[in-house]
Amino acid sequence: MEISLNEISLTTLFFAAIFTNNILLTNFLGLCPHIALSRDLKSSLGLGAAVVFVTTSTSVLNHLLYYHILIPLHLEHFRFVLFIIVIASFVQLVEMIIDRYFPRLYIMLGIFLPLITVNCAILGISLFMVIRDYSLAQAMVYGAGSGIGWMLAITLVASIRDKIQSTANLPRGLEGPGITLIITGLLSLAFMAFSGMIQIQ
Amino acid sequence: MPIAGSNKQILTKGLWIENPVLRHVLGICSTLAVTNLVINTLVMCAGLIFTLAMSCITVSAMRNYTPDRIRMMVQMLIISSYVIIVDILIKAYLPEISVALGPYVGLIITNCIVMGRCEAFARQNPPIPSMLDGLGTALGYSLVLLIISVVRETLGFGSIMGFTIMPDSFERWTIMIMAPGAFFMLGIFIWIVRARYPHLYEEKS
Repeated sequence: MEISLNEISLTTLFFAAIFTNNILLTNFLGLCPHIALSRDLKSSLGLGAAVVFVTTSTSVLNHLLYYHILIPLHLEHFRFVLFIIVIASFVQLVEMIIDRYFPRLYIMLGIFLPLITVNCAILGISLFMVIRDYSLAQAMVYGAGSGIGWMLAITLVASIRDKIQSTANLPRGLEGPGITLIITGLLSLAFMAFSGMIQIQ
Repeated sequence: MPIAGSNKQILTKGLWIENPVLRHVLGICSTLAVTNLVINTLVMCAGLIFTLAMSCITVSAMRNYTPDRIRMMVQMLIISSYVIIVDILIKAYLPEISVALGPYVGLIITNCIVMGRCEAFARQNPPIPSMLDGLGTALGYSLVLLIISVVRETLGFGSIMGFTIMPDSFERWTIMIMAPGAFFMLGIFIWIVRARYPHLYEEKS
């Protein structure tokens, strides 16, 4: 299995990460912000954009640190600590840089950045990268693809939810998280139709 | 800040009234993925119970020595140390389950419940109540996920913990072992509970 993994072309991996192995719809990662924030389209887009940027950068950073520092020192067990620190500090750094140099962008994305640290999708991508033995280029493409896939899923659910809440008459118990989960389930079912296209595991 | 209620109340409120999954729909990411088999869910939940109870004790014991500004970082470090212990234990004693769980054990770190309980309770209360609070919350969480995994495994594989319980004529529901099954199950479960006990979730909706 490992041999075939390393032969996956970057384009295949990119599209597989978006469609067939969507991080939210097939791996259940990043559900908490998804349920809390998929209320309106605008904030889902903002959060999605921030996530794409952070996943791409942190998967590259974590790949470099893991293979060049932890492996030579035989400290593989510390990868959890390393990854979470890299992610938390990277997010903080980006927040400071954006605040200082791009104030307009900060107003748009600012409130979403701290939320990203606790987004399981980011850590999940780094952990998948280690388990599946991705090369540096593969890690970057996988990070970007997964981020885009997450953004796609959350914006789709946000727009469907928006439509449903304005038109449908939902039972009271189903409002909020209940209906979000069922929409996500249907969407996940729809995305399974892509799985005949490419398969990475 | 004073302790909220007696120890027993602290322990039991996480089970039902303040159930993290049903009430806040938090922290399901790391565990929902493994609910297609009861045994995997059990191992994950045991890992979470250990991590949450121990992290709450530690955060609470260190609460007077942790500067406020870096408390998030300190909590993250405490949580990840316990998750590393869980990971090593599972790898050593249950190697095949460790492979099946893949990255999800590590993802306990970003499980919002752990951080949430440390922030909301353990940071302001003495160690023993904090541990009970963590324990109660983790048990309430495990309860919901175990119910989901029992339904998913029964319908998807016709078995529980690997023992076949359904007759041979039973048509297996393939959808239950795939991702959409988990979303539907949790959605429907939340719907049933909220419809049945609306007073519990009044202010939320």
